[in-house]
Amino acid sequence: MYKQEFLAALRQGLNGLPQDDVEERVAFYAEMIDDRMEEGLSEEAAVAEIGPIDAIVSQTLSDIPITKLVREKVRPKRQYHAWEIVLIVLGFPLWFPLLVTVFAVILTAYVVIWAIILSLWAAVASIAVTAIACIAAGVIVLCGGSTPMGLLAIAAGLVLAGLTIFLFFAMKAVTVGAVWLTKKIALGIKSLFVRKENAK
Amino acid sequence: MDIQLKRGLLDVCVLAAIKNEDSYGYKIIKDMKPYLVLSESTLYTILKRLETANMLTVKSVEHEGRLRKYYHITAAGLRRIEEFKEDWKEIISIYRFVTKEEEGHV
Repeated sequence: MYKQEFLAALRQGLNGLPQDDVEERVAFYAEMIDDRMEEGLSEEAAVAEIGPIDAIVSQTLSDIPITKLVREKVRPKRQYHAWEIVLIVLGFPLWFPLLVTVFAVILTAYVVIWAIILSLWAAVASIAVTAIACIAAGVIVLCGGSTPMGLLAIAAGLVLAGLTIFLFFAMKAVTVGAVWLTKKIALGIKSLFVRKENAK
Repeated sequence: MDIQLKRGLLDVCVLAAIKNEDSYGYKIIKDMKPYLVLSESTLYTILKRLETANMLTVKSVEHEGRLRKYYHITAAGLRRIEEFKEDWKEIISIYRFVTKEEEGHV
């Protein structure tokens, strides 16, 4: 791929981001390619060294805060006509609840994910407490003279303690997974802003 | 490596690359290559972050009929490097403590 092709594709990929941001980034990559060519690399080799555009776009998206993306999207590209302003005002009862709903849905997704994680951790904690209680009760019963009952309680406590250790590590992995999922969702929402713009 | 730790390290690496003389993007990547490989997009993010934190300033200089951005370290940037060196002394002594037992067995 040649330099101009690469820069055009990059500009296309970053479309929807604030214009200054796009131009600054494109200039940065142009300089990187020029400097490599000055060192003696061919144009195509210089572009190849920069790496795939997809990787640049996804790194850029994770750098830019979502509020900036939304602000860029909402800002009008031209002056509104009078009838458009009237329409926006009259349409308020329609678009406002829709907007609120979209944000509520996103928020709900986050809350649901983390509520599940929290409740699972609570379950693990309760099993741990039960394990300790069973062992303690077993010892007391044993001292009281009831050997079979005491041993049964201690055994149950030990099984639960084992289960707790096992579940603890499983939950650690699940929590890491949830963090990953939350980040993916954030990136997905951000890329919606960029892709819609490209489709136009 | 831990992401936060790596992030802090990379910031200091880039500051060190412009410490003695002003430098430009490609030269920073080349200078760091023997020590660590840095992608363009990562470098861009770091440079932006350092600029926002007033640890470096940017100026465009004409070079061979085009503009090239040169990065200049500020007093705050130099201070950051010194802080890093101080922090690192502490980390090295913690490292010695952590590996003390292992060395004892060898």
